[in-house]
Amino acid sequence: MYGGGYTGEPEKNQPQAQDDPVLLAEFEAKIDRGEKIEPRDWMPADYRKQLIRMIEQHAHSEIIGALPEGTFITRAPGFKRKMALMAKVQDEIGHGQMLYSAAETLGKTREQMFNDLLSGKSKYSNVFNYPAITWADVTVIGFLIDAAAIVNQVINSKGSYGPYCRALERICYEEAFHLKQGHDAFVALAAGSPMQRQMAQESLNRWWEPIMHFFGPSDKMSVHSERLMRWKVKLASNDDMRQQFLNTYVPKIWELGMTLPDPNLKKNAETKQWEFTEPNWDTFFKVINGDGPCNKERLAVRKWAEEKGRWVRQALINPKEKYTLPYA
Amino acid sequence: MKIISLDPRISRISELPGQDETVIVDHQEGWITYEVFHQKKTGTQHTHVGIVHAPNAEMAIIFAKESFARRGATSNIWVVKSEDVTALDYTDSDIFDTTAEKTYRDASFYKTRDKIDQLKGNEGHE
Repeated sequence: MYGGGYTGEPEKNQPQAQDDPVLLAEFEAKIDRGEKIEPRDWMPADYRKQLIRMIEQHAHSEIIGALPEGTFITRAPGFKRKMALMAKVQDEIGHGQMLYSAAETLGKTREQMFNDLLSGKSKYSNVFNYPAITWADVTVIGFLIDAAAIVNQVINSKGSYGPYCRALERICYEEAFHLKQGHDAFVALAAGSPMQRQMAQESLNRWWEPIMHFFGPSDKMSVHSERLMRWKVKLASNDDMRQQFLNTYVPKIWELGMTLPDPNLKKNAETKQWEFTEPNWDTFFKVINGDGPCNKERLAVRKWAEEKGRWVRQALINPKEKYTLPYA
Repeated sequence: MKIISLDPRISRISELPGQDETVIVDHQEGWITYEVFHQKKTGTQHTHVGIVHAPNAEMAIIFAKESFARRGATSNIWVVKSEDVTALDYTDSDIFDTTAEKTYRDASFYKTRDKIDQLKGNEGHE
């Protein structure tokens, strides 16, 4: 699972000095023809940089995203839910591994990415800086956060970088199960006792703002990334993805008789666009810059895991082996 | 809203690393990479599915099982050190540019029916 809120570096509008214009033209022609770029192909320095950043953030999101859900494995109600949640959490960690590998093919080692996560230099999806307080929160994450992630990932899987697309295809296939099991667990609460319904409703109320933040700032606020679009690094605008999500999932919430905490949320019959109260973007930037409810906790747990696992990794090192970049 | 952590590591471990504590993962701790080839069922090809990091081939097989064989059918897995793969350079791919033109290598290139019909037609006239 992954959200936008992609915090890329502001791009320079001119091709960078080291990009050979002939090679750049060939590269762009290849993307225009719908061909994929592979790790050992020539690529502009900025394409490489933006992709590493994006795939790395995606990978971190998978790993950090498993933390709030992982803590609920022992607390999931019943054997069936525990099995599903364990499988989902294992999938998320697997997705993280695959994505780290895809980023690694671009030349940044997995350890450098870990270190940038631990130092706070690289970001992950903002939504995981919020706590899962009740089982209902886990159902909302499985249902709606994974749904939003699928919207984002299906679009990104049509991108131009081969290893990322291949990883995303596998990921989307598995996330379809995450979404279905999340929906199943959410519907169980929504169709349950008054207390279960109340739990589900309170959870929706808590998560609605983070969900509205999920695809990142409104297009009105962010610089139009025309070049990243042309290079098929970014394939849809934040607002387009948010509209797509609302269009599919708001009806699925309403049909259960649940409400969303935004009186202005409605589909405009003429424009076919969803209208809503603009979420507070100051909160979004505050949380992404480290001041959310769980930022410290998430990184502390990751640091602890790296420290405590170090002796195992070191004991297994074979000093004769020489590291090379993976192929695909 | 008061934040309650349900993470047992937060509620039970007293010496969790603080915000200012630097934790660095050494480059060698990531071991090396293995390319993973997955076979769905016997009689079919092994297909490249991705890579795993592992200290040795045995561990690579275990990690490959966890990463690429969690669901669906699997009959076999190969792992090969990335270092041991020799690949053609993509810039040399133009050596294949004319391959598609070599239609004389395909069965469909050889069309005999016209000649046979002609032959039969000629016989008919004699």
